[in-house]
Amino acid sequence: MIEVQDLTKAYGAVTAVDHVSFTVNKGEILGFLGPNGAGKTTTMRILTGYMPATSGTAKIAGFDVFGDSMEVRRHIGYLPEAPPVYPDMTVEDYLDFVARIKNVPSDKRAARVTEAMQKTNLEDRRAQLIKRLSRGYKQRVGIAQALVHDPDVIILDEPTVGLDPKQIIEVRNLIKGLAGNHTILLSTHILPEVSMTCDRVVIINKGKIAAVDTPQNLTSQLKGGQKIRVEVQAPEKALRDALTEVSGTTRVDTEQLPSHGHLVAIVETAQGADIRSAIAAKIVQNGWPLFELRGVSLSLEEIFLELTTDDAAHAQASAN
Amino acid sequence: MRNLYAIYRKEMRHYFVSPVAYVCIGLFLFISAVFFDFFLRVIIQQSFQMEMQSMQFGMPPQIDVPGQVLRAFLGLLATLILFITPFLTMGVFAEERKRGTMELLMTSPISEIQIVLGKFLASLSLFAVMLLPTAGYAAYVYLHSEPLPPWRLLLSGYAGIMLLGGSLLALGTFISSLTENQLIAAVLTFVAFLLLWVVDLGHTADSGVGSVLQYLSASHHYDDFARGTIDTSGLIYYFSFIILFVFLTVRSIDSMRWRRA
Repeated sequence: MIEVQDLTKAYGAVTAVDHVSFTVNKGEILGFLGPNGAGKTTTMRILTGYMPATSGTAKIAGFDVFGDSMEVRRHIGYLPEAPPVYPDMTVEDYLDFVARIKNVPSDKRAARVTEAMQKTNLEDRRAQLIKRLSRGYKQRVGIAQALVHDPDVIILDEPTVGLDPKQIIEVRNLIKGLAGNHTILLSTHILPEVSMTCDRVVIINKGKIAAVDTPQNLTSQLKGGQKIRVEVQAPEKALRDALTEVSGTTRVDTEQLPSHGHLVAIVETAQGADIRSAIAAKIVQNGWPLFELRGVSLSLEEIFLELTTDDAAHAQASAN
Repeated sequence: MRNLYAIYRKEMRHYFVSPVAYVCIGLFLFISAVFFDFFLRVIIQQSFQMEMQSMQFGMPPQIDVPGQVLRAFLGLLATLILFITPFLTMGVFAEERKRGTMELLMTSPISEIQIVLGKFLASLSLFAVMLLPTAGYAAYVYLHSEPLPPWRLLLSGYAGIMLLGGSLLALGTFISSLTENQLIAAVLTFVAFLLLWVVDLGHTADSGVGSVLQYLSASHHYDDFARGTIDTSGLIYYFSFIILFVFLTVRSIDSMRWRRA
């Protein structure tokens, strides 16, 4: 549904988006993850036809976003970074206006507006002026605006910004409910959001794609393999030596717990090796009391940091 | 066409919920009423004096009171709109840009020309609404005149004001598309209007430069209309002026895509 090939956008000397390529399949939710200033908004603006790319191509529903802009605009719903609302309009009038300029046929307009308000829980605010709404409600109006013409592709730039935790959950569920019928591209800098809503993730940093995968794969197949956390009562040096002896261990870090004198060791292992039973055996063999032993999978947060900081280090190295 | 109407409808609604339209219309009607009253008094007084003089010297009275009042009033309206229209157009694009709603318009299946024409026609309609009550003052003159002043004068005068207003609105719309700041848009528009107004000051049509400058002057063409003549050169001037600035506005918002580059 969305095909992006070698997309590049340069603002003068600064390259905001640097040869980005990815595809989004029909009915899929793709998360666009990256720190602020990574090029997420720029990429989305190019996809929606708001600004042209410097080079590369992007197609939505088979239409080129630059050459066939009008056709592309008919197929997309777009929520920009700030909800594009008119403060002096009521929620209903505003959605009606958007439905008009999105070419919704007049006999279906009222139904579509109502439907969009239902989906975003705005029905009780339909007659309220947008300027009187809270930040969270404005954001919902922004989302309703992107849905009102029932587009094939929905592009959401940070849809949960400014919402409270309850609203965030509602919006996430809403987005998940839209998948299937709609193809969704959403950007965020919040990691749990991606693992909760998206089928696939594109991690972007400094305009370049750092990784593309499912959230599960990214979490499990990370570099450096698995980590195991062990809480034991043992002398530090002896414990460290004992754990290093276990085959498959690549690294051992120990730390004294302040409260009851227990030691916590974080054991890193090579990819694919499960050495939990070997560690347990080793500790029992030494006669140390074992309090806890569990695998720690890296959170997306850590992967993200790892990928993006690695990138930064590479950039530094190549600059030198 | 439907898209154009959607924009037009939104703009009209926006005008009538914002205080700007009411303040402008109110101010315009108030000032024009004060001046209408003033013209009426002064010109009638003058006509009495003239009549007295003519009786003394045994000449027939020469003064055309209703014609003079109407001409003075039409001239005043033209001057007033010079001050009022910058406020009608200052927000047309500047506000959309500032609020980020330009992003909605530019990513919707609607062309730049539809956006610009919808907005321009809405401002022209508001302008007509603002002008409408002043026809009441003119009607007052007609009700109390014997013989009736020529209708031609009134029709050409109002046609002239609409054309002049349309030109100023087109120019103001264009200037509004250049900035995010409404105040800057209003000030620049006013300065541009003023330049157009006085461009032929101190020049007569005798010299080559003078006739060119006179042709460029917005007020010069209006004078013909206010005298009751609809001149083709004036029609061509105003229509090309409006088309030029509508076109420039379309180019200007189209170029925003590139200027973001």
